[in-house]
Amino acid sequence: MLGFSTATTALLAGLLLVLLPAAALVALRGARHRQYGTAQERAAYETLHTASLAAPPLRAGLGTDSARRSVKHLRALLGTPALALTDAAGEVLVWDGREADQHAAGVPELARQALHSGRTVAARIDACERLDCQLRHAVVVPLAVAGRMEGALAVYAAQSSAGTVRAADEVAGWVSTQLELAELDRSRAAAAEAELRALRAQISPHFIYNSLSTVASFVRTDPARARELIVEFAEFTRYSFRRHGDFTSLAEELRCIDRYLLLERARFGGRLEVSLRVAPEVLSVVVPFLCLQPLVENAVRHGLEKRTGPGHLTIVAEDGGSEAFITVEDDGAGMDPSDLALMLAGDLPVEAAGIGLRNVDERLRQTYGDAYGLVIDTAPGAGTKVHVRVPKFHPHAVQNAPGGP
Amino acid sequence: MSAAAVALVCLATALFSVYGLRPGKATSDFYVASRAVSPTRNAYAIGGEYLSAASYLGIAGLILAFGADMLWYGVGYTAGYLVLLAFVAAPLRRSGAYTVPDFAEARLQSRKVRRIAAVLVVLIGWLYLLPQLQGAGLTLRTVTGAPLWAGPLVVTAVVIITVASGGMRSVTLVQAFQYWLKLTALAVPVLFLLLAWRADGAPWPDAAAPPSFRAATTVTVHQAINVEVRDPVRVTIDGTLDTARLHDDPVLLTAGEHRIGDETRVRFPAGAHVPHPVGEPPPHGSDWTRPLSGTDHPVYATYALLIATLLGTMGLPHVIVRFYTNPDGGAARRTTWTVLWLLAAFYLLPPVYGALGRLYTPELLMTGRTDATVLLLPDRLLGGPGGTLLGMLLTAGAFAAFLSTASGLTMSVAGVLGQELERYRAARTGRRTSDEARGEVRRLRMAGVAAACVPCLLSLVVVERPVADVVGLAFAVAASSFCPLLLLGIWWRGLTPHGAAAGLLAGGGATLCTVAVTMIGPPKDGWAQVLLTRPAAWSVPLAFAVMIGVSLLTRRHVPPGTAQSLLRLHTPESVQLPRR
Repeated sequence: MLGFSTATTALLAGLLLVLLPAAALVALRGARHRQYGTAQERAAYETLHTASLAAPPLRAGLGTDSARRSVKHLRALLGTPALALTDAAGEVLVWDGREADQHAAGVPELARQALHSGRTVAARIDACERLDCQLRHAVVVPLAVAGRMEGALAVYAAQSSAGTVRAADEVAGWVSTQLELAELDRSRAAAAEAELRALRAQISPHFIYNSLSTVASFVRTDPARARELIVEFAEFTRYSFRRHGDFTSLAEELRCIDRYLLLERARFGGRLEVSLRVAPEVLSVVVPFLCLQPLVENAVRHGLEKRTGPGHLTIVAEDGGSEAFITVEDDGAGMDPSDLALMLAGDLPVEAAGIGLRNVDERLRQTYGDAYGLVIDTAPGAGTKVHVRVPKFHPHAVQNAPGGP
Repeated sequence: MSAAAVALVCLATALFSVYGLRPGKATSDFYVASRAVSPTRNAYAIGGEYLSAASYLGIAGLILAFGADMLWYGVGYTAGYLVLLAFVAAPLRRSGAYTVPDFAEARLQSRKVRRIAAVLVVLIGWLYLLPQLQGAGLTLRTVTGAPLWAGPLVVTAVVIITVASGGMRSVTLVQAFQYWLKLTALAVPVLFLLLAWRADGAPWPDAAAPPSFRAATTVTVHQAINVEVRDPVRVTIDGTLDTARLHDDPVLLTAGEHRIGDETRVRFPAGAHVPHPVGEPPPHGSDWTRPLSGTDHPVYATYALLIATLLGTMGLPHVIVRFYTNPDGGAARRTTWTVLWLLAAFYLLPPVYGALGRLYTPELLMTGRTDATVLLLPDRLLGGPGGTLLGMLLTAGAFAAFLSTASGLTMSVAGVLGQELERYRAARTGRRTSDEARGEVRRLRMAGVAAACVPCLLSLVVVERPVADVVGLAFAVAASSFCPLLLLGIWWRGLTPHGAAAGLLAGGGATLCTVAVTMIGPPKDGWAQVLLTRPAAWSVPLAFAVMIGVSLLTRRHVPPGTAQSLLRLHTPESVQLPRR
């Protein structure tokens, strides 16, 4: 053992206490402001850095909050005593700099001029009563996004020069680009959401048709059974047509499969055997809505419809630390792996049952990333086993998780 | 014989994890299959996973050495669940986060804080694993004479089998069983030991004297030590004393310092005072039985211990994960409530062993391996086949403790490691085929193997300290990093990612530094020693102060969804929130 004297250790402990938070702060700040290059290069870096600071708020679109957070950097970029941003109606969103009281009131009028004409407006301001007023000249540039006016940038200076106008024009152009990017972001998000909505699983028309004909066959022979089946069918459709939430718990999903299998069993009689092995630990895991029922439906159709003997279906859900593993297995006809791969990639026109598989695969990839696609073991005549891997925690899933039990 | 007990427990655990416990096999009944674990059974599982080597062996060892003050360990380990119950359990369950890093990401929407928390989870997990493995080494040597490195290797091997085979199947059931195994393994022998103690005339430690041997005792010293002898005593020594080699020769051990060499056997006569390591005299009987006496700065040390254990429990990686087996926040609270009672019942037992150990195994004070007292008592007090059987039961319980805690911890650490690796890889590679996705699972399991190997290597090189002490340090790290994050994250709107990151780094970093110093070689006495080995009393306030202070300074960065996520955390499940 090393012999530490008491004093040394106390000193060490004290040093640690001071150094650690300091180190933490330094690490958080990062070494951004290193000095290198010539004065011109440094000026260029400085400008680019300032621009990069203003960009993130603007990428959220032009609003009071984003304007407030970016205006300081925009003023630094232009080096003017005052600067304002207005909305599309010309109302001031934010005023940064001095003498807000005297000048902010005059902005909307100038902004409206610029917004109407769609061109830069330069004006001399005489309204101010102060003799030493630094804001004698205003340059107002409209901010156009895809041909539509989103707002205006008003730059105030003591002297008006071609340089000021040029700089204001350039910065306004840059801001417009950022706003355009914001719109692009928004439409990309909207597109992704629309895609997910389009992908949202629907129960297959075949199933509805088959269920109703099964029920019909019972109406005369066993009315009580028929009634029971109709009620189950109603419950099943209520679950699958629900409008809210893209996620559900595994327990709910299993309940849905139970109803589905009840109806299928009515149709197949004793030919459909199902075994389940579910670890209770994973019952509360949040999974995409209707992500298992299509797999089970696929297994029933592939495993049972094309044969005469009894078919066996196994559903297993296991705990895997940070993930849950779910498998759906049938002992039916199976399929050719290369066809399956083409089908999942969307290169092969799919038969009705395959749509379910592909849909689930796409939704899992959309939600959790490409590492979480379906894994399928199959060969002709050897049955099919579909593996699903779901991370127990996913930030997106948590936001949309079902609220109640 | 005891080796057979160890082998049985190891084999059973490995088999359970590979083949799983399949009661009634697969069912075709959806109602049975989708029935959640009841809060009571989940509480057994939490108890089984939580009661580690520190509880099973460590507390008794510390009580043997230091006396009444150490009773606070049991109190603290239990009462930590009270804080968890009152402030954290239900909201954390509702947050949907499975680990503290998940919580950090969900609440603060910051990947940076998530990464810092992930690193801390891994470090705390390893720090907690370390004493489990060292305890296994000590146990195996005590009962079979195997070398010290054998225990850690055995435990690591079983844990790797568990993790690499895809995690503990039916883990809740296995862990619930482990709780009852541990409780039985301690409770049954205690009855016989107390009867034997009564039959021995119910002796009590001498108030005015240091501990002494009740009967003639042979002490085997495995690693050379310097001891201090109070009164001259005539002993028989086989091995090395100071510089002389002796072969079962009678010697007069004079008062003062002596060096006893490796693998030396010393036979003391009945009534002789127990020699103690130089500079570490054991407290006299009266100090031993009274609280706040016999150690340096006992008041500070006690409060530091209580703060660490009260606030640290919520930050332990394997504790939080278990709460997700509960279907909702209400069940999480009921589970915690039951856990409290289960732990309270369990912690009544180790002090009995500690007190009996003071009377019947005082030689452990000389060798410093006080953690072995639980294992040695049955043979010492009862002897014969009965003593051997009870000893086997205790050894089996001890290995159950090592294995259940170690596999639970390794799973949690591996989960966090795997998640981070996965995200890192996902950011770099594009669309994957089925085969690549399959490889992903294998890689995650490899992360689990790595998570088990690091502490195993560490346990072979780091100086051995009392098990409960090191576990106490792991609690201190958790208390000064995750406790502020969880409490402020759940109860304060003003927490910012910057504040959380700074607090985690300051609190966690400072305590980890003290851990490093303690492991390498702490100062022997004085304030420095107490402040370093019991850091919680200053590091927890430090972490809170930094987290609150920096959050107030960076008030503009409060994450935009704060109000909504707090609403989610605190709304009971029975209340349907309006959807936007």
